[in-house]
Amino acid sequence: MSTDIIIHDKKDNVGVVVIEKITPKQDCKCWIMEDDSSTDIQSMDEIPLGHKIAMVDLKEGDTILKYGHDIGKVVKSIKKGEHVHVHNVKTKKW
Amino acid sequence: MKIPKSFLGYKRENGRAGTRNHVIILPVDDISNACAEAVANNIKGTIALPHSYGRLQFGADLELHFRTMIGTGSNPNVAAVIVIGIEPKWTKRIVDGIAKTGKPVEGFHIERTGDIGTVMKASKKAQEFVMWASEKQREECPISDLWISVKCGESDTTSGLASNPTVGNLMDKLEPLGVHLCFGETSELTGAEKVCATRGATKEASDKFMKTWSSYNDFILKEATDDLSESQPTAGNIAGGLTTIEEKAFGNFQKIGSCKFVDVLEPAEEPKKGKGLYFMDTSSAAAECVTLQAAAGFNIHLFPTGQGNIVGNPIEPVVKLTANPLTVKGMGEHIDCDVSKILSREMNLSEAGDKLIETTLRVANGRLTCAEALGHKEFVMTKLYRSA
Repeated sequence: MSTDIIIHDKKDNVGVVVIEKITPKQDCKCWIMEDDSSTDIQSMDEIPLGHKIAMVDLKEGDTILKYGHDIGKVVKSIKKGEHVHVHNVKTKKW
Repeated sequence: MKIPKSFLGYKRENGRAGTRNHVIILPVDDISNACAEAVANNIKGTIALPHSYGRLQFGADLELHFRTMIGTGSNPNVAAVIVIGIEPKWTKRIVDGIAKTGKPVEGFHIERTGDIGTVMKASKKAQEFVMWASEKQREECPISDLWISVKCGESDTTSGLASNPTVGNLMDKLEPLGVHLCFGETSELTGAEKVCATRGATKEASDKFMKTWSSYNDFILKEATDDLSESQPTAGNIAGGLTTIEEKAFGNFQKIGSCKFVDVLEPAEEPKKGKGLYFMDTSSAAAECVTLQAAAGFNIHLFPTGQGNIVGNPIEPVVKLTANPLTVKGMGEHIDCDVSKILSREMNLSEAGDKLIETTLRVANGRLTCAEALGHKEFVMTKLYRSA
């Protein structure tokens, strides 16, 4: 069984690309590691290996959850299937 | 998987068990390295542990030096010890500390004798020790005699995704069996420190963790010209897909699974509160961290890596695992346990954890690690501040 995206925790609103890259409008298979279940999503952007994809629509000020934990805040709204990275998410630390 | 209840180890005089049976030649200070290395060269089957410090240290830094020296000699992976220093007093202090374990230990000082006379006397004793140790046999030991330390290095996105959670899975499975566990890397927990503090088994442990982390953070704020936003995550981390320091920290934090820590240890401090997970205040530099954990008595180390860290330790076997298929392909001679099939969903986390348990037990039973076969013996003392 292959997968394109890994999601750690059921609570997470982002997944991580584990193939070389995904392309816009690609139907991607997702694996939720915590309970070994599956889901799917259609991508909006090209996203490289190791980078994150939004699993839901996110608005400015929302919290990004990965590993079930708060890893930063949304600073520019993100649509489901879009690339999540330093251009739209910042640390809450500084 | 049914986890074996025992492994084959070396029973020591103080009730601990070793996964190795080393006879070490331990220099007290930098200028005694030559002598220690000459003895190890004379007497086959012994190893010298040269290092860079041990002169004109003072205060907490000197205490850490003694703790690391005595702890290294006391580790159950060590059968017997020759200690060589320039002066008699500090040499004796280390010999006396190691002697509390009941294992054979003898000290030699170089002043008034010189290198050649000292090498001769120490070599005779080292020969006696190594021939004695060579008759020791592995015996069945309960799995609770395993003291497992962990630390990751050269991390990339595959570390947080798969290899660190694999170690976490192993911890969740072995902790109920009464093993000792240890994680460190104070700096790398920045961003996850509040969640880490909630993993203290008691309020006391949680408070002690926050105090330790805050003291590290205060030091960073004092020395830094601005915040760490330019250096954490690193440019390489960002290119690989890590966005924030919190994300990096939680990736690291996956190594402890869902375990709670029973106490917070000073660098190289031996755990005293029984079985379970401990946090140790350490640097995140690989060789320094493993050296401190070995000095605290841990007898086998698990090291998840992304891009391929190659570190080893002279007395504590270091088991490497990776989930990065390119690392397995390009530098497979450094990888003891390949869990890269997680990324293609050909292996789930529990299967990966089982595979790591199996590898850990094979190494505990005597199989050489890649780092041992390749001769990695990094022994690096942690220095808290400059010498007098």
